[in-house]
Amino acid sequence: MKRRRFLAVGIALAGMPAMAQRFQPPQDITPLLMKITGGVAAERRGVEVVLPQIAENGNSVPLNIRVDSPMTEADHVKTIHVFAERNPRPLVATFHLGAQAGRAEITTRVRLAGTQTVTVLVELSGKRFLMGPAYVLVTSAACLDESLL
Amino acid sequence: MLIGRIQVPPRVQRGEIFEVRVLVQHPMETGFRRDLDGQSIPTHIVDKMTCRYGGREVFRAELGTGISANPYIVFYTVAQASGEMVVEWSDDRGEKGRVTAMVTVA
Repeated sequence: MKRRRFLAVGIALAGMPAMAQRFQPPQDITPLLMKITGGVAAERRGVEVVLPQIAENGNSVPLNIRVDSPMTEADHVKTIHVFAERNPRPLVATFHLGAQAGRAEITTRVRLAGTQTVTVLVELSGKRFLMGPAYVLVTSAACLDESLL
Repeated sequence: MLIGRIQVPPRVQRGEIFEVRVLVQHPMETGFRRDLDGQSIPTHIVDKMTCRYGGREVFRAELGTGISANPYIVFYTVAQASGEMVVEWSDDRGEKGRVTAMVTVA
């Protein structure tokens, strides 16, 4: 009987990381992107998203976004949206820039609820959109409460 | 009044692109955590931040729960004239914070 219980507990514990992984499955962020673009297709170029390959702690992951743009009155980055598809609220932040920024670059620290692809949607002047994804491996996810396991 | 810090280069040339770093002290509670009694901890985040340089808005951000505690944001702007860089932010409970820095254009 004792051995049976021991085995049962062992199996339950082994299942925990798997449950943690299932805690927040990736959401389809396409509707969110569509709401911003209004159906205009975003080009997958010119957006460099720098994230660590492996983030040990999802509570604070350094994120650097660089957009290839001349930043002139005629052609500049207007807005940068950051999406994390496995976060409970996928829209992480929105940054409003303009020609006066001179350089289309933003650095911040984000929370990531698990290994996922971070998508950056950039709105350029003249209703054009660029998109850049980045994959990051998160060993210890943010928003993961032990009480939920 | 919320606490924060701003850093700009001590001296810049006219037309130079310079870096502005802002650090805000804030817990950025997601609203998804629970305390030891199992009660959910309410959301408490800085959700808006604006930066004015010489009276003109040069940067604005809307932050969500996906931004880490003590938000740190780095952005750039072009040096036009000597003036004050004012960064203001507010959280979802209406508390406000403000930091300023003097930009000296050589």
